[in-house]
Amino acid sequence: MNQNSSHNIVRVSDVTKTFQLGKLEVQALKGIDLEISVGNYLSIMGPSGSGKSTLFNMIGGLDKPTTGRVFIDEVDIAQLDAFELAWLRCRKIGYIFQTFNLIQVMTALENVTLPMTFAGVSADDSTQKGLELLKLVGLQDRHQHKPSELSGGQQQRVAVARALANDPAIILADEPTGNLDLTTGEEIINLLKTLSRERQVTIISATHDIKMLNVSDQVVWIRDGRIDKIEDRDELSISIGTIDLKE
Amino acid sequence: MTADSRLSPSPETVNRLVVLPFQKALEIAFKSIQVRFFRSLITTLSLILAVAFLSFVNVGTDVADGMLASGQPQLRQALIQAGYDIGPEDTSVASTAKQRWIVILSLLVCVVGIINAQLMAVTERFREIGTMKCLGALDRFILRLFVLEAGMQGLAGGTVGALLGALFSLVNATVSYGWDAVAHVAWAEVALSTLVSVGVGFLLSLVGVLYPAALAAKMQPVEAMRVEQ
Ligand SMILES: Nc1ncnc2c1ncn2[C@@H]1O[C@H](COP(=O)(O)OP(=O)(O)O)[C@@H](O)[C@H]1O
Ligand SMILES: [Mg+2]
Repeated sequence: MNQNSSHNIVRVSDVTKTFQLGKLEVQALKGIDLEISVGNYLSIMGPSGSGKSTLFNMIGGLDKPTTGRVFIDEVDIAQLDAFELAWLRCRKIGYIFQTFNLIQVMTALENVTLPMTFAGVSADDSTQKGLELLKLVGLQDRHQHKPSELSGGQQQRVAVARALANDPAIILADEPTGNLDLTTGEEIINLLKTLSRERQVTIISATHDIKMLNVSDQVVWIRDGRIDKIEDRDELSISIGTIDLKE
Repeated sequence: MTADSRLSPSPETVNRLVVLPFQKALEIAFKSIQVRFFRSLITTLSLILAVAFLSFVNVGTDVADGMLASGQPQLRQALIQAGYDIGPEDTSVASTAKQRWIVILSLLVCVVGIINAQLMAVTERFREIGTMKCLGALDRFILRLFVLEAGMQGLAGGTVGALLGALFSLVNATVSYGWDAVAHVAWAEVALSTLVSVGVGFLLSLVGVLYPAALAAKMQPVEAMRVEQ
């Protein structure tokens, strides 16, 4: 933990992304600049179709920008080869998806231990850590259950545990509460918040869920592929009354 | 979070490899077949049929060879009546060209069937494949999983098909030529024919999965993440 306070774990520099739909060009991102410091809980807010998921994929190294650069820990991820990229996805970043994306044929525990297997952790160690993580998200009794035997909220908890498997520096969440009801969504948000506080994980969450605002250190408002404004926590509490009206 | 969490190339790069131990891959592949048993059965069914046919024809030839080798004129006569083209000096029957063509065709049809079934399996598992890639799986892990699954299906389907075909062939010989015919069978030859059929089934299964598995392995993780509306 050295010069971390000034250290940007993620830096997005003038990123654009254009999709080709037949003859039609859709510009999903129109020049995004963003710096995210270690341990922050950052929410990317914006209406549906504003480019949140596209940005999420760029930061997560799941897709390549058309122009511009994405740096993780000051390393340009476009420069990484297939092995380094896989290593980055395995060890540095934990992903959480709107649709949970658990592997249906595996039990909760196997889902959590899979990233550790990829990381070369022994079976015994990964099982032990998997059980600990499931306990952390309150599912220790359900480790033998398949995703189909779990509720949406429980599946998302397993996904959170899986995202933590290799102690990533960053957790990326795309609409983590999008498929959950109000209370379950709130539980997941609180879980993420606790993690960011206790484990110093940087959490980046794309969402249009207003509940996310309360826990965010920073909110990036994105509209039509551009950053509208970036608000810190203290500014937020002032404008929070007007947000409800806006959405 | 010190210098060791940096990504820049360094001597530690060696430690930064993601791995999938063979034992674990085997376990995942086996579970995958188990859980999707019905689906696997359908994929394997055409293989079982084609291998059974191959084994049926080859074991049939073995039986005829045994009858011929016995030197008994009435068995030789029975074979000629059954349509075998045997010269006075021949000590073994050759499978006819027509038979060979039918076997080859059935094997071809089987491979196409497997490719088709495996392509569907890959499509069904897009999200699973993409998720694995997000968790750090390399292309080759995905390839390995699909090839292992196909290998197991090939072995199981090949064994079942080969045994069925051999059994049916022997029953068929007993009915057509009587117990006498089966008494002269060289069992080593029958065993060999059955084994060869298992091997062919195994290979066909691997050939059939190659293209679908390559397709799955090349898939970009982001493609799997799309929320279908
Ligand atoms: N693979 C794609 N091909 C074509 N257009 C896409 C693709 N992905 C996203 N888009 C378009 O990019 C825009 C932003 O999409 P997205 O990032 O998914 O928004 P959000 O997650 O904020 O709802 C939308 O107009 C969408 O239609
Ligand atoms: Mg989205």
